[in-house]
Amino acid sequence: MTLQNFMNEAISPWMQEEGPDSDIVLSSRIRLARNFANVPYPILADADKLEEIRDFFKTNYENQSFQNYEDFAFIAIKDLSSIEKRVLVEKHLISPHLVKNAETSAVLISENEQVSVMINEEDHIRIQLYFPGFQLAEGLEKVFEFDDWLEEKINYAFDESRGYLTSCPTNVGTGMRASVMMHLPALAMTKQINRMIPAINQLGLVVRGIYGEGSEAQGNIFQISNQITLGKSEHDIVDDLESVVRQLITHERNARSRIQEQSGTKLEDRIYRSYGVLENARIIESKEAAQCLSNVRLGIDLGLIKKVSRNILNELMILTQPGFLQHYQKQSLTANQRDILRATLIRERLQLEN
Amino acid sequence: MECQECQKRPATLHFTQVINGNKKEVHVCEVCAREKGYKTYPEEGYSLHDLLSGLINFESQAMGNPQGGPFQQVKELQCPKCEMTFSEFKRVGKFGCAVCYDTFSERLDPIFRRVHSGNTKHHGKIPKRQGGNLHKRRQLENYKMELKTLIESEEFEKAAEIRDKIKALENEQDIGKEGDRP
Ligand SMILES: [Zn+2]
Ligand SMILES: [Zn+2]
Repeated sequence: MTLQNFMNEAISPWMQEEGPDSDIVLSSRIRLARNFANVPYPILADADKLEEIRDFFKTNYENQSFQNYEDFAFIAIKDLSSIEKRVLVEKHLISPHLVKNAETSAVLISENEQVSVMINEEDHIRIQLYFPGFQLAEGLEKVFEFDDWLEEKINYAFDESRGYLTSCPTNVGTGMRASVMMHLPALAMTKQINRMIPAINQLGLVVRGIYGEGSEAQGNIFQISNQITLGKSEHDIVDDLESVVRQLITHERNARSRIQEQSGTKLEDRIYRSYGVLENARIIESKEAAQCLSNVRLGIDLGLIKKVSRNILNELMILTQPGFLQHYQKQSLTANQRDILRATLIRERLQLEN
Repeated sequence: MECQECQKRPATLHFTQVINGNKKEVHVCEVCAREKGYKTYPEEGYSLHDLLSGLINFESQAMGNPQGGPFQQVKELQCPKCEMTFSEFKRVGKFGCAVCYDTFSERLDPIFRRVHSGNTKHHGKIPKRQGGNLHKRRQLENYKMELKTLIESEEFEKAAEIRDKIKALENEQDIGKEGDRP
């Protein structure tokens, strides 16, 4: 597996499959934070110690496979160009924190891009597993098996009473962050989401927009994840998250049918206008593109737009991020050039569907 | 604290940058963080501000001297492995190594309670290989809790079943008290 494969497609192979409830839940992710017992954490460790860890992963896991996660690519972050780094960040295969630690950091990525193991991020090891649609329980089972596989060769920093010992006190215990990415256009349109977020926060869960800044959620894509990692088992954390997600799915479906009943023509107008903009615009900012993509995706889910595949939202949201645009063009671009290229790529992508 | 970039807005993101092995503290506001490319991944961008200001308040309450007399200088806790001190930990908001947890142990409960809704003890996964006897001891604890609730609800038949399971597990082999600590 080479870096080039990861760079060429905006959409990871695992995203091509349709998971449960994928009209609303785009993907599920489980992340585990782990550390070597006898090495200081990346924030303090000497570079040579961290390089030892990086080399350990290269020696032991490069081109290895685990179950259907095959042929791990080992990529040292310092070997990447700045655009390549940005693309991997936009695909959520690495984090900006990993990029900041470029001198000593690395990542293992499975061929299907479902597993990425970040090495020397805030912790020595960050395991991430992605699943299409709503599959948290399945995800937890798989990530545990993967964790056991790594543990065959690694002595983890673990304590009976504090659990997995992480660099940040907010991750100690399970070291687990479970999250789902949800497309909630109807709850956003009716502003119901604003009332729901504080209630969800009270349950120890965090809601945030995945694209865009601050509280704004570009493309009406929200990430819901657990905040607490200590004192509850992984299964209980996932159960609690699942039940909230299930409620959100129900609310979103109800809101969609209510809007359709009460203002169907207005909704159709909005969806087809957005489709028209995406098909015809010559210059488009990321914010407008995201809103239009969200509307078109809703149109697909409601059966109004039939000739476009559902993946268009995930794919174009990633493809039209600045890093990807510049990778595509093989050069850095001004904001205006990006807006032009974004419009072109979206038009071309939609033409492929016809 | 003021943002070190614009010196206008309050600093809400605090972290340490290591450049050529030199640690440098960074305190910036959201706006400058974004502009200077400091902005972390949304998920990792947990603003430590609330957490840390909470910690520091808590610490001064816990350590404060109610009489208002001269403050007793307590010897600063320092990790023997990574040399991080407790005040450094509070400032940075990160542990330096696994041994820090032992070193600062007695002062961590209030912090964990704040961050994890009152919890201080792990109840999740145990490493498969390293966990050794711990797995069995956890299972025993669970059975004993189950037994207690069954007896309370007077479900004696089920309770007897659990009691047999406990006996069988206890007889299997000697269960060390200290487990297999890494
Ligand atoms: Zn500032
Ligand atoms: Zn330490």
